[in-house]
Amino acid sequence: MQSKREHEKQGREKLVRIISTCKAVEERSLDPFLVDVDESIRTAREYLPEWKIPEDLCLDAQTIHSIASVVKLQSEWVKHRSTSLYTDPFLLKDKIIRMDKHRLVATFAQVWRPIVEFEQISIHSIMESLQYWINLLPLDERWKEQPPQEVQAGQASREELVKERILRERMFSEELADYWQQLKARVAENGQNGKVTYWGFVGADTYEETVDRAFMTAFLITYGYATLEIHPLEEEMFIKPNEKPETKIANKQLVSVPIPIPVEDWQKWKRGELK
Amino acid sequence: MSKRKATYASKVKRATHMLFYKRHAKPGVKGWELRKALGSDYPKVLKVLDDYLKELDLKVQTVFENEKTIEKPSLEQLDKARFLITLRGELTPKEAKMVGWRIDDLAGLAIAISHIIANKGKAPRKEVEDLLREKLPGWKVGSNVDRYIRYGYLTQDESEQLYLDWRTRAEVDQKALIDLLLRTEA
Repeated sequence: MQSKREHEKQGREKLVRIISTCKAVEERSLDPFLVDVDESIRTAREYLPEWKIPEDLCLDAQTIHSIASVVKLQSEWVKHRSTSLYTDPFLLKDKIIRMDKHRLVATFAQVWRPIVEFEQISIHSIMESLQYWINLLPLDERWKEQPPQEVQAGQASREELVKERILRERMFSEELADYWQQLKARVAENGQNGKVTYWGFVGADTYEETVDRAFMTAFLITYGYATLEIHPLEEEMFIKPNEKPETKIANKQLVSVPIPIPVEDWQKWKRGELK
Repeated sequence: MSKRKATYASKVKRATHMLFYKRHAKPGVKGWELRKALGSDYPKVLKVLDDYLKELDLKVQTVFENEKTIEKPSLEQLDKARFLITLRGELTPKEAKMVGWRIDDLAGLAIAISHIIANKGKAPRKEVEDLLREKLPGWKVGSNVDRYIRYGYLTQDESEQLYLDWRTRAEVDQKALIDLLLRTEA
């Protein structure tokens, strides 16, 4: 004999099926008489005494609402069929396919009364144009040839280039190696199974610093210093340092993974809401 | 000219300016705008204007809210309606071309409108495009449907269902179109 729990589960499944059928009829303009309204109501009534928790009662209410929508569609369908506008869509489609374009246009022109409309410039636009014209400099003034500005050539020191952020303080490869060491140290400190969470590694006190770390981390991964692990279902990302840089990854399909670093995520991470 | 006649003549002129010149994104004027400009007797003014326009093969077309055709509209219904100037008689296909439509595009519009009418005023865009491909080159179909939407003949919802829009309701005699198509020998 079926247990009560199984019976309830079956009931829920049946109600969900009824809702999705009704929705399909509504959305895809299918014939609303495809839904057996009597049978659907009977099913909803049969399971109604079983429902105790609000979720089940809501499901029941949703089912009745979907059935009611289909009944409304059925009523509209009957009304439409009884009006003079009703045409069998297949018959009309067949006619259209067999008619040539010129015949179609000739027919349409008999019932088409295009709107007569004049487009014009408004007083407001005329005033704006006038003002623009008054303020406009004469051509010879606008197109005056500007003598090229003389720029004195000079030398910039390395410090100045660093200050202007044209050069980094250290060589890129040195910085990358430093990040790799940092990652290894972080894993040794707080890592689990030889890896740390992505945000746990790139997150920093300021947003600018975080973006900078994310930028360097991308190179760590690309150059084989570390591996990125993504668990899509859990929405978790881990970064795992490699013992040696892996330049060749045999038999593995390499993929590019864009990782956005929005300010909101950084703020969440600061509040401890993002791991 | 009597004072009454002179008043009406001036109101007819004002109504002509309002109806012919495009004031908003959509052509035409709402009833309440006409009431504000011409007074509460604006339906009478429109009637006089309509009589004048008859000779020019034009007419004042009333488009009521919710697609309804109302035999004896109340003032409230007229206030909410949109008034437009349309052609009174028929265009020949040659003239239709002069209005700025290519034969292909016009045939496509006729197909799209009639298909939607036959499907109770709503049809999936894909279905309409498939039907249009029977008559138009494939590369044109998508852009043509977009154009019909942009001009206000069709409208589309988020689930890509197409419906008839305000311009079709104003310009096309839907019942006559279906009757004519069904009667025409292929």
